[in-house]
Amino acid sequence: MSEATGGIDMDDESGEGTIKKFMYLNRKAPYGTIYALESLEVVLIAAAFDQDCSLVFMDDGVYQIIKGQHTKNIATKNFSPTYRALEGYDIEKLYVEKESMEARGLTQEDLLVDVQVVDSATLAGIMQEQDVIMSF
Amino acid sequence: MKFGILINEGPYTHQASDTAFLFTKAAVENGHTVSRIFFYHDGVNNSTSLTEPPQDDRNIVDRWSKIAEEHKIDLVVCVAAALRRGIRNENLAKGFRISGLGQLIEAGIQCDRLITFGD
Repeated sequence: MSEATGGIDMDDESGEGTIKKFMYLNRKAPYGTIYALESLEVVLIAAAFDQDCSLVFMDDGVYQIIKGQHTKNIATKNFSPTYRALEGYDIEKLYVEKESMEARGLTQEDLLVDVQVVDSATLAGIMQEQDVIMSF
Repeated sequence: MKFGILINEGPYTHQASDTAFLFTKAAVENGHTVSRIFFYHDGVNNSTSLTEPPQDDRNIVDRWSKIAEEHKIDLVVCVAAALRRGIRNENLAKGFRISGLGQLIEAGIQCDRLITFGD
C-alpha cells in the first residue's frame, strides 16, 4: 500500500495490464465547493495507474484553469498551479468545451495550461470513445 | 455485468446515495455483480456509525452495511475526504473500510461499468 497509488499495491494483479480510456469531466467552479480540488486529487492518483487519461473543462469548470487566481481573501488554498504540473504526470490531453469558454467571455489566452478547444459535438464524439467517465 | 459505483454526495441532504442504493439493489436482484462502491466528496458521510435518523425514516448507513454483507460488496471510503469530514475508523459503520483513491481507479479498470451518483 502506498500513498502515491491511493491504497493499491501496484505489484498485485489489480491492474492486470489493462489500459482503459479514462475521462475526467470538470464542470464546477474551482472555489465555492470542494469538487474541483477533490477531482484533481483523483486525477493525480490516476496518473500512477498508466491509464489513458484525459480531462475536460466545461460549464463553470472552465474557471478552474484561468490565469490569475487569488484566493487569499477567501481563506482557501489556490490549487491552480497543480494543473500546470499535470504534464509532468503524462496527462497531456486537456480539452475545453468551446461553447462554455465563449459563453464566459474567455479565450485560450486566459487559460494557464495548453488545451485543445473543441466544440460540443466534437467533445461528444471523444466521450463516445471513453471506457470510464467521471464527472465532478 | 460487473458494476462499480461512485457516490459523491452525502445522505439525507441529497438523493444521490438513495438512488445509488436502489440501483445497487436492482442490479444484484437481477443477477449482476456490484463489486465495489466508492464514497467520495460528501459521499463519505454515508459511512459514519454516528448517524441517527428519526425512527420513521430510512437508515441509509445501516442499509449500506446490510446490502454489502448480503452481496459481498466492498464499501470503500476515501481516506483524505473522510478525514477532512471527521470520519475515521473509530466511527466507521460495519462493512465499510477506509482506503485511497486508487481503489476508485481500480474499480474503473476492473468493472464493466463505473456509475457515478452525484450532481
